[in-house]
Amino acid sequence: MSENKPESGPTVNPRVTWEGCSVLLDINDGDRLVFARLSAGSTLKIGNKTFSLQPLIGCPFGSLFQVESGKEKPYLSRFIPPTEENNVQDEGGCQLQEESRDNRAIIDNNQAQSLTGDDIDAMRRQGATGNEIVEALIANSATFDKKTQFSQEKYRLKKQKKYAPRVLLRRPFSRSICEAYFKKYPARIGFLRVDTLSLLLSMANVTANSDVLVLDMVGGLVTGAVAERLGGSGSVCNTYLGGTPYPMEIIRMFNFNNEICKRVLRCSVNDLCAVQNETSEQVSQREDVCTMESQSDEKTSLSVSTEEVHLSSKNGILDLVPENELSTTGKTCKAPKAGEKAPKEAIQSWKENGFTSLIIAAPEQDAWILVKDLLPLLTYSAPFAIYHQYLQPLAKCMHNLQLEKMAIGLQLSEPWLREYQVLPSRTHPCMQMSGSGGYILSGTRAYSNTSQS
Amino acid sequence: MLLMDSSTKISFNRCIRDGDLVIVYERHDTMKAVKVCENSVLQNRFGVFKHSDWIGKPFGSKVFSNKGGFVYLLAPTPELWTLVLSHRTQILYIADISFVIMYLEVVPGCLVLESGTGSGSLTTSFARAVSPMGHVYTFDFHEQRAASAREDFERTGISTLVTVGVRDIQGDGFPDQFSGLADSVFLDLPQPWLAIPSARNMLKQDGTLCSFSPCIEQVQRSCETLRSDFTDIRTLEILLRMYEVREWKMDHSKVDDGNSTACPPRKRRQPSSEASVGDNASSPAVMARPSAETRGHTGYLTFARKCVS
Repeated sequence: MSENKPESGPTVNPRVTWEGCSVLLDINDGDRLVFARLSAGSTLKIGNKTFSLQPLIGCPFGSLFQVESGKEKPYLSRFIPPTEENNVQDEGGCQLQEESRDNRAIIDNNQAQSLTGDDIDAMRRQGATGNEIVEALIANSATFDKKTQFSQEKYRLKKQKKYAPRVLLRRPFSRSICEAYFKKYPARIGFLRVDTLSLLLSMANVTANSDVLVLDMVGGLVTGAVAERLGGSGSVCNTYLGGTPYPMEIIRMFNFNNEICKRVLRCSVNDLCAVQNETSEQVSQREDVCTMESQSDEKTSLSVSTEEVHLSSKNGILDLVPENELSTTGKTCKAPKAGEKAPKEAIQSWKENGFTSLIIAAPEQDAWILVKDLLPLLTYSAPFAIYHQYLQPLAKCMHNLQLEKMAIGLQLSEPWLREYQVLPSRTHPCMQMSGSGGYILSGTRAYSNTSQS
Repeated sequence: MLLMDSSTKISFNRCIRDGDLVIVYERHDTMKAVKVCENSVLQNRFGVFKHSDWIGKPFGSKVFSNKGGFVYLLAPTPELWTLVLSHRTQILYIADISFVIMYLEVVPGCLVLESGTGSGSLTTSFARAVSPMGHVYTFDFHEQRAASAREDFERTGISTLVTVGVRDIQGDGFPDQFSGLADSVFLDLPQPWLAIPSARNMLKQDGTLCSFSPCIEQVQRSCETLRSDFTDIRTLEILLRMYEVREWKMDHSKVDDGNSTACPPRKRRQPSSEASVGDNASSPAVMARPSAETRGHTGYLTFARKCVS
């Protein structure tokens, strides 16, 4: 398994978890999503019980776990869904035409279930598995047989989620991280939907060996997504206005190896725009300030995590921050951390060659003010993409770019994403969908005689 | 096209050279790919452009014809290439392409299988995503189309990342040599369900699959086949709505006296029914509205993940 660790060379696509690895846990088919770091001591709370995450270490991503009642206490165990179940479902689909049952005989009088809460507790004490409880509930339901095949399936699923919850082990990728945040805390990522994120990366032509300038006020999601596409080559410069870098705690959710982390650098807009002939004294002064900044940033990101626990427990959805969080942070400090201050040579190289792409995701800033300063840092013919949760700032920005003749190929677009339920004879668009994933202004920097070089 | 080594990387210091592929930009909807050749000329409605005038200029430059007309010369990207490539088949566009790459979790180093190759629009973006260590193996049963795709990949400089094979994937499946090695498989076939069992064998555990189909009946059958060995089966549709932006001189004349047309001495430039209260001067405002005509459907994207045994 050791060759799967990202530290051991160019393997960027590990398929098995390891100790200290960041994972996304999908509980009961998307009902709850939790980020966790696997260690012997880390735990997950489901309902009122706490489970050790130890059994998840060394398992392939994509593995499913189910709660088993152990001798002392319940634990998580690998679960492989029987294939027969699928066959039953298929038959269900074929029989659908003959379905004559409907809900005319179902009366909501709360008497359909003859098992009481005490009965279930007693079963549990005797060591019944979750699945046995589900079967018992079905056997003791007076109305189960009267339900249609479809609603029988729904009933079973509902009970299974409660009495035999399942945990799916997922790899944290841009896709899953963005989807999880969009579902749980959309405001923290500026309501940036996964399809919009994918378009930003394409429109900005992010690829290996590019030098990407990013203004990321969405928690580090865009910076992380860019670093993932660079795969340990090129560079991503996370820039910021003023003296304090923006938080990028989301980058810790990716399992980036040292090679990838080294490519994530930070540099203020002022430093990028400053004249080139700067004395080394000034640079070293600035470096001092920055070391302090990154320390204070560490503190803020920690406090963010605690807040997360507080916030989520209030909503009854627990967001997992493993108890060993502090020690983990201490350990990673030795290895190169994503988001070091950009060294002088890197800044020099960016100034001489220009960035090859620009992405701005500052959902609360005026796009035009940012673009005016950042666009000249791009090499000619470099593409850019600007995200905003509102249309108007981008419309204004597009108009000004046209007037100033700073860019060509300008396009203002909005992605639209619809999911479908696909089932035998029951295919239709999902009843609920996201109404907006935000807007994108994209274009290409043009060379004009007035451009500064 | 891709930044395979630093000498090809566009930068302030990298100028157009003889032999470079450039995208000649007239308007956002009128572009053409041209190979720069010292003795050659480009002729269009703006006049005659000498390639020799282009050499030594930075990418992104405006260049002029004998008649004073101008175009821009851009460095090629997969997005620009999608707009200029010759359509041998119906192609995938940027919204579907971006979403497929992200949802399949394609990152540098991945091995991707694709069928059919078609015009190579998606293939080019796959190559960008797996670069520099990964590889894309793409298959089309049409020999001539495969050859044209190969020529294109040669032209755009991505041939080291892409291998084009001639094979009927629906009939014969993917070659056994890829068994258990693919990180992702993409299918754009008329009967994708025929290729799904083979795709399953090619994929690594937890590997991702996407099938693109214009018709819902194709989706229905694919999903039925997928249910046996795949999990996390999701069907989505993505479209891109484009906006037009223009500056309006809003007529801010008061309406309270019911005689607003008499108020402004100047002619109204733009008809506007929205007369707002409060402002007395007409101020220019930038407005946006969705383009009148738009693509209503491209295809359904069905994603799935191979079950872990």
